[in-house]
Parts: sequence; C-alpha cells; structure tokens
Amino acid sequence: MADYTLKIRRYDPESGQAAYYQDFDVALDPERSVLDGILQVRDDEDGSLAIRCSCRAAICGSCGVKVNGKSVLACNTRISEAAASARNGAVVVEPMGNMPVLKDLIVDMDAVHWKKIQRVIPWLLPEGDPPEREYIVPAESMIDVTQSMACIQCGACVSACLSMEVDPEFIGPAALAKAYRFVGDPRDAHTEERLRDLAEDPHGIYDCTHCFACIEVCPKGVDPMNQIMRLRRHATGDYDIKDENNGYGHEKAFVDLVEKYGTLHEAQLLPRSYGQGSLLRSQTEPRAIRQLVQSLPTVVNGLKSGKVSPKKALIHHKLPDQDQVRRIFHAIESKDERLELNMYIVGEGDVGPGETDEEVAEELRGQADKQPAQGETGDER
Amino acid sequence: MPQHDVLVIGAGLAGQRAALAAAEEGVSVGIVSKVHPVRSHSNAAQGGINAALGPEDSWESHAFDTVKGSDYLGDQDAIEIMCREAPQEILDLEHIGVTFHRNEEGKLGTRAFGGASAARTYYVADITGQAILHVLYEQLMKRDEVYRYEEWFTTALVQDDDGRVAGCIGRNIRDGSMELFEAKSVILATGGNGQLYQPTTNALVCTGDGIAMAYRIGAPLMDMEMIQYHPTTLAGLGLLITEGARGEGAHLYNAEGERFMEKYAPNKMELASRDVVSRAEQTEIDEGRGFPDGTVALDITVVPRKRIQEALREIVNVGRDFAGVDITKEPIHIKPGNHYVMGGIRTDTDGLTSIPGLYAAGEVACVSVHGGNRLGANSLLDTLVFGRRSGAHAARQSHGTAMPKPSASKLADEERMVHEIVARERDGRRVSEIRRELGETMDRHAAVFRDEDGLRQALDVVQRLKEESRRVATDDKGTVFNQDALGAIELGFMLDNSEAIVMSALERKESRGAQYRTDFPERDDDGWLKHINVTANGELPEISHSEVTLTQWQPEERTY
Repeated sequence: MADYTLKIRRYDPESGQAAYYQDFDVALDPERSVLDGILQVRDDEDGSLAIRCSCRAAICGSCGVKVNGKSVLACNTRISEAAASARNGAVVVEPMGNMPVLKDLIVDMDAVHWKKIQRVIPWLLPEGDPPEREYIVPAESMIDVTQSMACIQCGACVSACLSMEVDPEFIGPAALAKAYRFVGDPRDAHTEERLRDLAEDPHGIYDCTHCFACIEVCPKGVDPMNQIMRLRRHATGDYDIKDENNGYGHEKAFVDLVEKYGTLHEAQLLPRSYGQGSLLRSQTEPRAIRQLVQSLPTVVNGLKSGKVSPKKALIHHKLPDQDQVRRIFHAIESKDERLELNMYIVGEGDVGPGETDEEVAEELRGQADKQPAQGETGDER
Repeated sequence: MPQHDVLVIGAGLAGQRAALAAAEEGVSVGIVSKVHPVRSHSNAAQGGINAALGPEDSWESHAFDTVKGSDYLGDQDAIEIMCREAPQEILDLEHIGVTFHRNEEGKLGTRAFGGASAARTYYVADITGQAILHVLYEQLMKRDEVYRYEEWFTTALVQDDDGRVAGCIGRNIRDGSMELFEAKSVILATGGNGQLYQPTTNALVCTGDGIAMAYRIGAPLMDMEMIQYHPTTLAGLGLLITEGARGEGAHLYNAEGERFMEKYAPNKMELASRDVVSRAEQTEIDEGRGFPDGTVALDITVVPRKRIQEALREIVNVGRDFAGVDITKEPIHIKPGNHYVMGGIRTDTDGLTSIPGLYAAGEVACVSVHGGNRLGANSLLDTLVFGRRSGAHAARQSHGTAMPKPSASKLADEERMVHEIVARERDGRRVSEIRRELGETMDRHAAVFRDEDGLRQALDVVQRLKEESRRVATDDKGTVFNQDALGAIELGFMLDNSEAIVMSALERKESRGAQYRTDFPERDDDGWLKHINVTANGELPEISHSEVTLTQWQPEERTY
C-alpha cells in the first residue's frame, strides 16, 4: 500500500459553479490503476464523483479520461506510474478533450464521437445476397481488419486529436479507423465510393496532419493514424482518386520532389499540389490557377517574414548522393505488393517459444536488409 | 411516453440480437440500456462461439458435449435447438460483417475449447465478444426503426391489472427524468450478476438487475445455485484469462511444478469442463500445493509466439497491464474466480417466462442450456440463438395484441423510491461497504466448495444486509448522472439475487456441475436430477422443483 493524491477536475452542471479541482488522498497497492483510486474516492469519500466505468480491464472503453494531461483509460493506467509522472506530486485527472463535459469526468460522446462514427457509414455494404455459406476471403485480410476491429470506441484518440482541436468537423481518428475496417474488408462492395467520399470531404482523410497523437494514446494498438494513411494509399494508389482537397496532388508532389531532389522543394510543392503533381498543369488548368492566385497572400507573408527567400525558393539543391534516394524508390516500386506494415501482428515468421525478442528483432532486421538488394536488381533492369 | 411493440432491456449480445430480430418482423422496437450498448459485458467474451459447422462435426456431438458439460441438468430440448441453430447463427454473423478467423482456404477456421469433442469454436482473435457486439451495434446504427435509449436505467417492470407485463419504468441517467415505457412485450437481456462476488471477472454493471426485477413481479428463478468459477482468473482483481489460452495448448502447473490435471482429467487434461478444472485447482491450492498468493500457474509460453500475438493478443495486454507479466516469456498466476451464472429467470425455448408478455434471453435467463456447468464458448451462442428467438417470437405475438394498460401509480411509486434514496438522512452504511461484505461472503461460502454451515452463515449475512440496504447512505443529491442513487438501487437487486443463490444452494443436497457440496459429495440422480425454482412470496422466497427434460441422452458418469 502506498499513499497517492488525486487532483480531480470536478464539474456539477446543476450547481451553477464553474469547474474546479479537488484533491483526494487514496491508499492503494502501486500496481493498481488510477480507476481503482477514483473508485476508492467514490466508495469511501464522495459518492457524487461521476465517471463512466465498467469492465476494469480495458475492454469496454468507458473510462477514457486525461491523466496528467494525457488521454488514457483510467483502468489500465497504473497509479504508481501516473504518480511518477505527476508534477507537484498530485495525479491530475480530467475529462477527455474535444468533447463537451457533462459532469465531472463524463463527456458527451454522442455529440462528437458517435456522430463522427455515424458519418462514415459504419456498417458492411456487401453486394447482392449473401452466399449460402460464408464469404471466402483471404485469412490475412481478416487479421488485417482485426486491428481496427480492436477499437473499443473509448474516444482517447478523439480527445488527443490536434487536427480536431483546429477543425472540430474533422471526421477524426476513431471514425476513420472504423472506415478502414470496411475499406479493408473484402466483403464490402463499396470500397471506391467510401474512399471517394472520405477523400473529397474537406474534413476527411486529408485533414489529418500526421502528428501521431492518436497512435500514442490508443490503448488498444489500433493506431488510427496508420489506418488513415492506409485509406490515403488506397485512395491514391489503388483508385487514383484526384480529390478536390488536393490530397492526391499534394502526396504526388511530395513524393516526386523527394525522388527528384532528395529533400522537399518547397517553392514547387504548392503549385505541384494544385496541379495534381504536375508543374505544367498548375500553370494551365483554371482550377489550379485560381488556387495559386488565392495562395498569393500566403506566399507574400512568407517572403515578408523571411521564412523563405526568393533565391532559396527558386534554386533548390539536390542531395549529393541522390542515387541512393532513387534506389529506395525503385526498391519499393519494384515490389509486386505494396508494403503494408500491420503493427498489430508483430513477430513475423514462425517464431518458436524459445526464441528471444533479440532473435526476432534480428530476423526482422535481416528482412529489412534484403530490401536494398532487391532494389539493386530493380536498378539493373 | 415511449411506446413500442417490443421493448428490450439490456443491449449486450442477447438484447441487440433480440432487437434486430424483432425489427426484421417489422414491428416498433425500443432498446433500453443503462450503459451505451458497446460498453456491455458481452465484450469480455474472449475465446469464441461454438457451432458444429465443419463437415466432420455434427450438432448431435455438440449437443452431447453440452449435455455432459451441464452434468445432465441442462434441458435437452433447448440444447438441441441451440446446437441445431448454431451454424446458421455463425453464418448470419459472418454475413453482416463479423471478421471471423479464416483458415488457409479462406473459410471459417476454428480453435479447440474445453469440454468439446471437436474443435468447433469460431473466433476473432481473442476479442470475439467485442467483435460481435460492435458488429451488431453497426446494424443498430443502420436501422432507424430500432429506437435506442442509451444510458437509461430500468428500475422496475410494470404489469397491467391482469398481471401481463406492460412495460417498465426507466430513469434517464443524463438528466434524472423518469418515464413509463409502454410495450406489448418486454425482453429482459440484462446479463448476469457477477458483482455479487468479490473478486469476479464480471464488469461493474453486472448486478443482476433483470433477474431481480423479474423475480419481484413473480417470475420463478431456476438453478440459481449454479455459479460458474472460471479456472483462469487473475488473483486480486479477478480479471479473465481466456480459456482460449488452454485451447491453444497452455498448461497448468502447481507450485511443485506438477502438471496436476493428469490426476483429475487424464484424457482432456486442461481442456476438461470448467467446473472440473476449477475444482482441481482449488484442491491443489487448499492442499498446500499452490503458490503463496493462493494461485497455480498457467504456462502459455508453450504456445508459439506468433500464434500468441495473433490469437491471444488481448491476454498479452492483460498480463502486461494488470499483472506485470509477459505471458510469452513466463507463466502467469491464476485461480478460479466467479464468472457466470448458469441459472436465471426460467424461460421456455422461445424465451417466454411464466409472466405473460415477459421474455428473457442470455445470461439473465435459464432456458436451461447450461444446466450445472456451461461449456466455454456456449454463452455467446446462447445469447444469440435465444436472443433472436425471443425477439422474433415477441414481435410475432405483438400483431393483433392490444397495448396493455399499465397500473397507473407505478411511475409515481418509482419516482418516490428514487427520491427517498436521494433525500434520506445519512445514517446507514455506504453502498460500497455493504457490497464488499456481500462479495466476500459469497466468495467464501457460495463458491467452488460449499457446505450447509457456510451457506447458512451466508444466508444470515445476506438477510441482514438486505435490511441494512433499505437505509443505505448516498452522497449525491443531484439529478445529472446520479450514479450514487443508481448504485443503491443495484444493491437491492444484488441482494435479491444473492438470497436466491444461497437458498438454492442450500436446497440442492448433492454435488452436480458447479455445485459441490462437501457434505454431499456425490451426484444423486434419483434425488436431484431436477431443477430448483425460487419464487418471491412476500418476505420468504418459496422453493419448488421441476423436471429436467431428457430427449436422447440418459445420465452417465462424467469423466474427462
């Protein structure tokens, strides 16, 4: 048993008072959870402290809160670890972000989270009548979507999402991970429509800024941002969807520039993004020209503030050993299948019980080493 | 005032399946749940769902395993229905999107499970319950015609003057408002009552609400003494380690390094029925061959690591987060822990109870398909088959049935009841204190091994706590998310459940399935091959017996 202090953000909508922080002292075994601490407060001291919770085992997704500012499930956050990372000794517990607070640690998930889930048409849309027996699908495809099926809808990623803070209408990490669950499911017959819908929505897949916050907080290893990136790769790579948001163009411009120069040629990035990757089209297509003109104030601001200089912008140096970058591109492009890393299933290959982590890591490194070799073959061709 | 042809209370697998089945019949459906549906405890079913779907398998084999697993207390007509309908149920789930594990040919693949003579457990990694629950909820989101009342707490069932069920009283947890829900029929799908025990694998919401509400209006509760202790739960917290771990090949060892199941079930070893394995573990622990923390060891390291990552990933997380153990590298300490109630509200094979218009499905009900001991991966099946049958039957019955007229005063009574809890003087004990005493008492006296003395003591405690619970103290005086007041109401439900369990356990003077009486250690088919029913009758519950339905399997000696 050890003593801990919880500093809990309290809010009672019926009191007419603003939210405030209240300290509670609890005594718990160090391996118990922050939820155990909160329940101890509720059981022994103040029964009016409100939190949703049920399973205590990180599977029902009820007890999403912020602990010391980080979005977590209270039930799988160890109190001793939370105390170790606490400032001024007290473990700060607050309701999740990006959602309205209803009372104490309870937020309105319907108003934000579930509305966004509903947005992505969250049910399977197969073609025609089902077969008499099961759908025959590749075993890997089911394991693959199991990563997004592992989502328990706790809202931690929504709470932590920086894009949503800026654009509250962003469909967001949880709902887009849910969308991948259907896009990646071979039984669903509306893959292209789904992708087009999410690519064309100004608050869709291209609204994610790649900040990794959702991956960092997800308690179930769903890695929402990775699912968003996979949606993008399907939209651009498989279906060639040239969306109104220039997501396609931006990605193409980015990749092409890096292949060409080794680093990002920022002056070309914007026009090429508008021209679906092509500098020429950015100067000839009316839509691209319009967008270029609209961005002029940004360019002027950049010049004025010294963020870019005309010289640096126009003359971009190549990396000295640009061939190495090209070889990486070739290595990846020469593969028959797109390299999809499913972080959910680790330990590739049949790893026996006696093998250690180091051996597994060694094996994975071995696989990684093979790639440049294949790349060289690609070069020769 | 909400009004529906069919009103479902509880939104786990049984409730959602019932609601969808009723909606398919084209009637108006409401589904009420005290938590958001995807928070339901069906989530926790990790291992899988049984069905004889493979070409080598047969429903008869599945049914026999279930009958034998039940220690011959299961009703064989109900078991036959469940096992016959299982394959179609799996296919239906697959068709609406459940991401079941596939074999190399891309067809549905299986894993082995306890008490089964074939590998017939279909699964999604070790999140089978969660995957099915979320996919059913996808279907609910798709269907506008199912009206969802999420975070509404049901305080009581309502009848009309003829005793037909006419709806329920619900409290909107968000704002404290109370409503009379009117319905032609009500399906209870509120799950089990594991919270009567401390520790338990069950979620905090599993407080036996539906069992108690039905009991209070006169529905008999059947075989309540049959409480399953799961063989592999974490000491202290009581969290579950799936039977799937043993299905994948994990071994059990005592502190002396002995694979002790050899002594108790030489053929099936770790995959004997749960009651058998739990008793074996408890015997090892009681006879001093356990670890100092009162446990034995489950060794999952014998399972290939890739297979663990693919099929037991959740257990890796549970081990790491809640026990600080990397199960891919070292054994984890486990013990038998409260897990499931085989008993419940007595129903027929359409889910109908003895109260007209009232149905029950899933863990809240006792059809009875599990009898004295449930096989792993049969509970999901029970919820789905009997959830669907209840929903469809209730919907068909509603055609041409007039909306019953509920007794007018019930809403006001219930509002007064809640108001009294909120407003009462704080002179009693706290809800948590009573729950703790109840949980420890049940775990001590109504667990793996029982006897007359212990059960009498438990009954005394339960009856005293029942008295105390009437003036239990609460702090919250508000209306928005007043979880404190709801906790006091749940406590009342829990004590009704406890009383029925202890009285039934006292009544059954033999050992069968999960009921092992050290003072009556043998199974006694002549005296006790029958169900025990408890019916509320004023302050003193009434006990009666009913026949077990046998179709093709006569009781035999049970060995694994």
